[in-house]
Amino acid sequence: MICIIDYKLGNIRSLVKAFNSMNGNVIVSNKYSDIKESSKLVLPGVGSFKKGMEHLRDYDLVSVLKEEVLIGNKPFLGICLGMQLLFKNSEEDGLVEGLGFIDGEIRKFDFNSGADFKIPHMGWNNIFGGKFDSIEIFKGIEESANFYFVHSYHALLGEVLDCVYTDYGYNFVSAIQKDNIYGTQFHPEKSQKEGLKIIKNFIQLKMSDNA
Amino acid sequence: MLKLRIIPCLLFKDWGIVKSVQFDELRRVGDPTTCARVFNERNADELIFLDIMASREGKSLNYEVIEEIANECFMPLTIGGGIRHMEEVDKLFDVGADKVCINTAAVKKPGLIKDVASKYGSQAVVVSIDAKQVNGIYKAYISSGKEETVYTAVELAQRAELLGAGEILLNSIDNDGLTQGYDINLIQEVASSVNIPLIAAGGCGTLQDFVDAIQLGKADAVCAASIFFFVGESIITAKKYMLEKGLNVRVL
Repeated sequence: MICIIDYKLGNIRSLVKAFNSMNGNVIVSNKYSDIKESSKLVLPGVGSFKKGMEHLRDYDLVSVLKEEVLIGNKPFLGICLGMQLLFKNSEEDGLVEGLGFIDGEIRKFDFNSGADFKIPHMGWNNIFGGKFDSIEIFKGIEESANFYFVHSYHALLGEVLDCVYTDYGYNFVSAIQKDNIYGTQFHPEKSQKEGLKIIKNFIQLKMSDNA
Repeated sequence: MLKLRIIPCLLFKDWGIVKSVQFDELRRVGDPTTCARVFNERNADELIFLDIMASREGKSLNYEVIEEIANECFMPLTIGGGIRHMEEVDKLFDVGADKVCINTAAVKKPGLIKDVASKYGSQAVVVSIDAKQVNGIYKAYISSGKEETVYTAVELAQRAELLGAGEILLNSIDNDGLTQGYDINLIQEVASSVNIPLIAAGGCGTLQDFVDAIQLGKADAVCAASIFFFVGESIITAKKYMLEKGLNVRVL
């Protein structure tokens, strides 16, 4: 069973729908016991970093996530804000501390003056990059595949990780893997066939793949 | 690179999808879930669904049909149709909308733009502006094109951006359904006056019209209906053509 963590931040209906369409056995919950009993975890989220951390604390999810993801090594997928929250901190709303599972920071898009790039980065954009083949959830996806993005902030890695990039004014990190932890800045649930492939790959991940 | 988007628009009335000409003369063109499924399979970049029974006849939005459509869409889905209250917006996100499209309320109840943006984010708020030329000036209309406002299209677009709208859907009442091309001057005027993405709508009849709206009008996305239903072009042929013309679109 896969638990989609419901910390009341943004609409998760489309995510549940996408997992269901790929025959994923999902439960939507923020209960300690459900998270403990699930074999995989998904952290969605749309909204500000600060609110995201507040809601994780309000629902008392920080310690159970640490237990299950860092110690229990459960496969974990963070999507959009759910990926950003994995990092040490974000400059959104001042400097806000994140979960810190991954070394690095979340920064706002910062373009040279005169550059014609709108914020948020919204729409379909392609991924590319070095460690493409080694990321399990990208199995069967061609380099240059397009995914749907909506965000104003992006990750700056503080450690060497398997990751892919996307170009919006400059190349930023658009998906990562660190052991059992996966993150996508884009929304696979809104990215038609290619997005559903990622969800299917995550559903089919074996626990031993992350050993 | 970020791709230019092609967005089909579905108008919903009396349990079917219809197409208007100059906001009038509705013709039935198909069944909503089938239309949504086909556009999803053909890799439309997003879908806009407008419930015109809700906007024109004041009926409640048809959440049942909207939910069925959402179930077919693994792409962003924008819903519009007489939205005035936060309860309607909440319900729409509940049944699977990703963005809401606000027209009349953008003028009569502008606080709604702010409220939706602060609850769901600016990217979830599309303000649609229906423009019509009056004495050489593009005036903004509301109430399904029936009521002239005090604003020009540019003024309303700037106001919407200030209130927190994430995108403008700009429709030309004069050109709607005529398949004679977009109103490029209108698109240029509005696109150059705001910093949020602009979706051009109203009048597309040939594949070159898509290219013109983007290259000449500076639109970020193109919205159309007639060209897919009556002219017989598909999302796939449209993207191929745009690619040939040097535009950066998503082709698979």
